[in-house]
Amino acid sequence: METLTKPILVPNFGADNSDRKLAVICSKGNLDMAYPGLILANAALGEGIETMLFFTFWGFDMITKSRMNDLQFSPAGNTAMHLPGHDMRIPQAIMPAPGMTSVATHMLKKQIADLDVPEVPDFLDQIVAAGGHLWACRMSADMNKLTMNDLREDVEGIISASDFIEMTAGAQLLFI
Amino acid sequence: MPVIEIAGKQINVNEEGFLTNYDQWDIDVAKELAKQIEIPMNEERWKIINFLREDFKTQGETATSRRIQTVGGVPVKEQFALFPKKPAKKMAYIAGLPKPKGCV
Repeated sequence: METLTKPILVPNFGADNSDRKLAVICSKGNLDMAYPGLILANAALGEGIETMLFFTFWGFDMITKSRMNDLQFSPAGNTAMHLPGHDMRIPQAIMPAPGMTSVATHMLKKQIADLDVPEVPDFLDQIVAAGGHLWACRMSADMNKLTMNDLREDVEGIISASDFIEMTAGAQLLFI
Repeated sequence: MPVIEIAGKQINVNEEGFLTNYDQWDIDVAKELAKQIEIPMNEERWKIINFLREDFKTQGETATSRRIQTVGGVPVKEQFALFPKKPAKKMAYIAGLPKPKGCV
Protein backbone atom coordinates (compact mmCIF):
# COMPACT_ATOMS: atom_id res chain seq x y z
CA MET A 1 0.00 0.00 0.00
CA GLU A 2 1.44 3.33 -1.06
CA THR A 3 1.13 6.17 1.38
CA LEU A 4 0.97 9.85 0.61
CA THR A 5 4.18 11.67 1.55
CA LYS A 6 3.73 15.10 3.09
CA PRO A 7 5.18 17.64 2.75
CA ILE A 8 6.20 17.23 -0.90
CA LEU A 9 9.45 15.28 -1.28
CA VAL A 10 11.92 17.61 -3.05
CA PRO A 11 15.41 16.55 -4.20
CA ASN A 12 18.24 18.12 -2.26
CA PHE A 13 20.03 20.32 -4.79
CA GLY A 14 22.41 21.52 -2.10
CA ALA A 15 22.70 24.89 -0.52
CA ASP A 16 23.54 27.57 -3.06
CA ASN A 17 26.37 28.78 -0.88
CA SER A 18 28.21 25.45 -0.74
CA ASP A 19 31.93 26.18 -0.54
CA ARG A 20 33.17 22.88 -1.99
CA LYS A 21 36.00 23.48 -4.49
CA LEU A 22 37.83 21.16 -6.87
CA ALA A 23 41.25 21.67 -8.41
CA VAL A 24 42.32 19.46 -11.30
CA ILE A 25 45.97 19.35 -12.35
CA CYS A 26 46.25 18.20 -15.97
CA SER A 27 49.81 17.00 -16.59
CA LYS A 28 49.37 14.66 -19.58
CA GLY A 29 49.12 15.55 -23.25
CA ASN A 30 48.07 12.18 -24.64
CA LEU A 31 44.54 12.20 -26.01
CA ASP A 32 43.38 9.42 -23.69
CA MET A 33 44.79 11.12 -20.60
CA ALA A 34 43.37 14.53 -21.49
CA TYR A 35 39.82 13.29 -20.94
CA PRO A 36 39.66 12.13 -17.29
CA GLY A 37 40.36 15.62 -15.95
CA LEU A 38 37.92 17.25 -18.35
CA ILE A 39 35.13 14.81 -17.60
CA LEU A 40 35.54 15.15 -13.84
CA ALA A 41 35.85 18.95 -14.00
CA ASN A 42 32.72 19.15 -16.14
CA ALA A 43 30.83 16.85 -13.77
CA ALA A 44 31.90 18.94 -10.77
CA LEU A 45 30.71 22.14 -12.43
CA GLY A 46 27.37 20.46 -13.14
CA GLU A 47 27.08 19.83 -9.41
CA GLY A 48 27.62 23.49 -8.63
CA ILE A 49 31.21 23.03 -7.41
CA GLU A 50 33.75 25.79 -8.06
CA THR A 51 36.37 24.19 -10.32
CA MET A 52 39.86 25.19 -11.38
CA LEU A 53 42.10 23.43 -13.88
CA PHE A 54 45.88 23.83 -13.86
CA PHE A 55 47.74 22.78 -17.01
CA THR A 56 51.32 21.72 -16.54
CA PHE A 57 54.04 19.83 -18.41
CA TRP A 58 52.55 17.73 -21.22
CA GLY A 59 49.08 18.87 -20.19
CA PHE A 60 50.09 22.27 -21.57
CA ASP A 61 49.30 20.93 -25.05
CA MET A 62 45.59 20.92 -24.13
CA ILE A 63 45.54 24.73 -23.98
CA THR A 64 48.27 25.58 -26.54
CA LYS A 65 46.54 26.83 -29.70
CA SER A 66 49.00 25.23 -32.12
CA ARG A 67 48.73 21.80 -30.46
CA MET A 68 45.32 21.46 -28.84
CA ASN A 69 43.64 20.13 -32.00
CA ASP A 70 46.26 17.48 -32.53
CA LEU A 71 46.48 15.44 -29.33
CA GLN A 72 47.31 11.83 -30.07
CA PHE A 73 46.91 8.43 -28.55
CA SER A 74 49.59 5.76 -28.74
CA PRO A 75 48.91 2.17 -27.75
CA ALA A 76 52.65 1.59 -27.23
CA GLY A 77 53.43 0.74 -23.63
CA ASN A 78 49.74 0.45 -22.78
CA THR A 79 49.22 -3.21 -21.92
CA ALA A 80 45.50 -2.64 -21.30
CA MET A 81 44.99 -1.72 -24.97
CA HIS A 82 42.73 -4.15 -26.79
CA LEU A 83 40.61 -3.97 -29.91
CA PRO A 84 37.36 -2.03 -29.25
CA GLY A 85 34.61 -4.37 -28.14
CA HIS A 86 36.92 -7.39 -27.94
CA ASP A 87 39.24 -8.91 -25.38
CA MET A 88 41.86 -9.44 -28.07
CA ARG A 89 45.17 -7.67 -27.50
CA ILE A 90 47.58 -6.48 -30.14
CA PRO A 91 51.16 -7.56 -29.37
CA GLN A 92 53.20 -4.73 -27.88
CA ALA A 93 56.01 -5.45 -30.33
CA ILE A 94 54.02 -4.06 -33.27
CA MET A 95 52.67 -0.98 -31.44
CA PRO A 96 55.58 1.31 -32.46
CA ALA A 97 55.04 0.47 -36.16
CA PRO A 98 54.61 3.47 -38.50
CA GLY A 99 51.02 4.66 -38.66
CA MET A 100 49.95 2.88 -35.49
CA THR A 101 49.55 6.09 -33.47
CA SER A 102 47.47 7.70 -36.16
CA VAL A 103 45.19 4.66 -36.51
CA ALA A 104 44.76 4.39 -32.74
CA THR A 105 44.09 8.14 -32.43
CA HIS A 106 41.48 7.96 -35.16
CA MET A 107 39.77 4.99 -33.50
CA LEU A 108 39.72 6.63 -30.07
CA LYS A 109 38.37 9.90 -31.47
CA LYS A 110 35.56 8.02 -33.17
CA GLN A 111 34.65 6.12 -29.99
CA ILE A 112 34.56 9.39 -28.03
CA ALA A 113 32.49 11.17 -30.71
CA ASP A 114 30.03 8.25 -30.78
CA LEU A 115 29.22 9.05 -27.15
CA ASP A 116 28.61 12.70 -28.09
CA VAL A 117 31.59 13.70 -25.96
CA PRO A 118 33.28 16.75 -27.50
CA GLU A 119 36.85 17.06 -28.75
CA VAL A 120 39.29 18.58 -26.25
CA PRO A 121 39.03 22.26 -27.38
CA ASP A 122 35.22 22.10 -27.50
CA PHE A 123 35.18 20.39 -24.14
CA LEU A 124 37.23 23.22 -22.63
CA ASP A 125 34.78 25.70 -24.20
CA GLN A 126 31.98 23.90 -22.39
CA ILE A 127 33.90 23.85 -19.10
CA VAL A 128 34.54 27.59 -19.29
CA ALA A 129 30.88 28.21 -20.23
CA ALA A 130 29.92 26.26 -17.11
CA GLY A 131 32.06 28.56 -14.98
CA GLY A 132 35.36 26.62 -14.85
CA HIS A 133 38.68 28.46 -14.55
CA LEU A 134 41.76 27.61 -16.64
CA TRP A 135 45.28 28.38 -15.43
CA ALA A 136 48.64 27.70 -17.06
CA CYS A 137 51.85 26.65 -15.33
CA ARG A 138 54.69 29.21 -15.28
CA MET A 139 57.53 26.69 -15.49
CA SER A 140 55.95 24.85 -18.43
CA ALA A 141 55.44 28.14 -20.27
CA ASP A 142 59.05 29.15 -19.67
CA MET A 143 60.45 25.76 -20.70
CA ASN A 144 58.51 25.83 -23.96
CA LYS A 145 59.02 29.57 -24.48
CA LEU A 146 55.29 30.16 -24.65
CA THR A 147 53.32 33.24 -23.63
CA MET A 148 49.63 34.04 -23.16
CA ASN A 149 49.47 34.74 -26.91
CA ASP A 150 50.12 31.05 -27.59
CA LEU A 151 47.31 29.88 -25.31
CA ARG A 152 43.52 29.73 -25.53
CA GLU A 153 42.00 33.16 -24.93
CA ASP A 154 40.07 31.92 -21.90
CA VAL A 155 43.19 30.89 -19.97
CA GLU A 156 43.11 33.34 -17.07
CA GLY A 157 46.84 33.55 -16.51
CA ILE A 158 50.24 31.90 -16.32
CA ILE A 159 50.95 31.33 -12.66
CA SER A 160 53.56 29.71 -10.44
CA ALA A 161 53.02 26.51 -8.52
CA SER A 162 52.83 28.46 -5.27
CA ASP A 163 50.21 30.82 -6.72
CA PHE A 164 48.14 27.78 -7.64
CA ILE A 165 48.53 26.21 -4.21
CA GLU A 166 47.52 29.48 -2.58
CA MET A 167 44.53 29.89 -4.88
CA THR A 168 43.24 26.38 -4.23
CA ALA A 169 43.26 26.58 -0.44
CA GLY A 170 40.60 24.23 0.89
CA ALA A 171 39.94 22.62 -2.50
CA GLN A 172 39.87 18.91 -3.19
CA LEU A 173 42.65 18.10 -5.59
CA LEU A 174 43.09 15.70 -8.49
CA PHE A 175 46.42 15.11 -10.21
CA ILE A 176 46.07 13.54 -13.63
CA MET B 1 8.07 4.40 -3.66
CA PRO B 2 6.59 7.62 -2.28
CA VAL B 3 3.48 9.27 -3.67
CA ILE B 4 3.09 13.02 -3.38
CA GLU B 5 0.23 15.37 -4.13
CA ILE B 6 0.95 18.18 -6.56
CA ALA B 7 -1.55 20.44 -8.31
CA GLY B 8 -4.35 18.27 -6.96
CA LYS B 9 -2.88 15.06 -8.38
CA GLN B 10 -1.27 12.02 -6.86
CA ILE B 11 2.21 11.66 -8.36
CA ASN B 12 4.73 8.83 -8.05
CA VAL B 13 8.28 9.89 -7.25
CA ASN B 14 11.54 8.12 -6.39
CA GLU B 15 13.27 8.31 -3.02
CA GLU B 16 14.85 11.65 -4.00
CA GLY B 17 11.66 13.23 -5.29
CA PHE B 18 12.11 12.89 -9.08
CA LEU B 19 8.94 11.87 -10.92
CA THR B 20 8.92 8.25 -12.03
CA ASN B 21 5.95 8.22 -14.41
CA TYR B 22 6.31 10.25 -17.62
CA ASP B 23 2.55 10.49 -18.10
CA GLN B 24 1.74 11.97 -14.69
CA TRP B 25 3.45 15.22 -15.67
CA ASP B 26 1.70 18.27 -17.02
CA ILE B 27 2.27 22.03 -17.10
CA ASP B 28 0.59 22.60 -13.74
CA VAL B 29 2.73 19.93 -12.12
CA ALA B 30 5.86 21.47 -13.67
CA LYS B 31 4.94 24.91 -12.35
CA GLU B 32 4.60 23.46 -8.86
CA LEU B 33 7.91 21.56 -9.12
CA ALA B 34 9.68 24.73 -10.26
CA LYS B 35 8.21 26.59 -7.30
CA GLN B 36 9.57 23.95 -4.91
CA ILE B 37 13.15 24.67 -6.04
CA GLU B 38 12.62 28.40 -6.43
CA ILE B 39 12.97 28.59 -10.19
CA PRO B 40 10.73 31.30 -11.71
CA MET B 41 9.52 29.87 -15.01
CA ASN B 42 9.68 32.02 -18.15
CA GLU B 43 9.75 31.50 -21.90
CA GLU B 44 13.42 30.50 -22.07
CA ARG B 45 13.06 28.01 -19.26
CA TRP B 46 9.90 26.47 -20.77
CA LYS B 47 11.76 26.08 -24.06
CA ILE B 48 14.31 23.82 -22.36
CA ILE B 49 11.69 21.88 -20.38
CA ASN B 50 9.67 21.27 -23.55
CA PHE B 51 12.79 20.14 -25.40
CA LEU B 52 13.61 17.69 -22.60
CA ARG B 53 10.07 16.24 -22.69
CA GLU B 54 10.10 15.82 -26.46
CA ASP B 55 13.65 14.44 -26.56
CA PHE B 56 12.89 11.88 -23.85
CA LYS B 57 9.97 10.61 -25.92
CA THR B 58 12.27 9.64 -28.80
CA GLN B 59 15.51 8.86 -26.91
CA GLY B 60 14.14 7.13 -23.81
CA GLU B 61 16.60 8.97 -21.59
CA THR B 62 17.07 12.47 -20.25
CA ALA B 63 19.19 14.78 -22.40
CA THR B 64 22.48 15.92 -20.84
CA SER B 65 23.58 19.57 -20.78
CA ARG B 66 25.74 18.76 -23.79
CA ARG B 67 22.76 17.47 -25.76
CA ILE B 68 20.58 20.43 -24.74
CA GLN B 69 23.29 22.60 -26.31
CA THR B 70 24.00 20.61 -29.47
CA VAL B 71 20.48 19.38 -30.25
CA GLY B 72 18.24 21.71 -28.24
CA GLY B 73 20.19 24.83 -29.21
CA VAL B 74 20.55 26.30 -25.71
CA PRO B 75 24.21 27.02 -24.86
CA VAL B 76 25.62 25.53 -21.65
CA LYS B 77 26.35 29.00 -20.33
CA GLU B 78 22.69 29.95 -20.65
CA GLN B 79 21.60 26.72 -18.95
CA PHE B 80 23.74 27.62 -15.94
CA ALA B 81 22.28 31.14 -15.90
CA LEU B 82 18.69 29.87 -16.08
CA PHE B 83 19.04 26.96 -13.65
CA PRO B 84 21.95 27.93 -11.38
CA LYS B 85 24.40 25.49 -9.77
CA LYS B 86 22.98 22.15 -10.89
CA PRO B 87 21.28 22.83 -14.21
CA ALA B 88 21.02 19.27 -15.54
CA LYS B 89 19.34 17.93 -12.41
CA LYS B 90 17.08 20.93 -11.91
CA MET B 91 15.89 20.86 -15.51
CA ALA B 92 15.23 17.11 -15.34
CA TYR B 93 13.30 17.56 -12.08
CA ILE B 94 10.99 20.22 -13.46
CA ALA B 95 10.51 18.22 -16.68
CA GLY B 96 9.41 15.24 -14.59
CA LEU B 97 12.23 13.07 -15.93
CA PRO B 98 14.99 10.98 -14.32
CA LYS B 99 18.40 12.54 -13.70
CA PRO B 100 20.54 12.35 -16.87
CA LYS B 101 22.69 9.19 -16.96
CA GLY B 102 25.45 10.38 -19.29
CA CYS B 103 28.78 11.60 -17.89
CA VAL B 104 29.05 14.56 -20.26
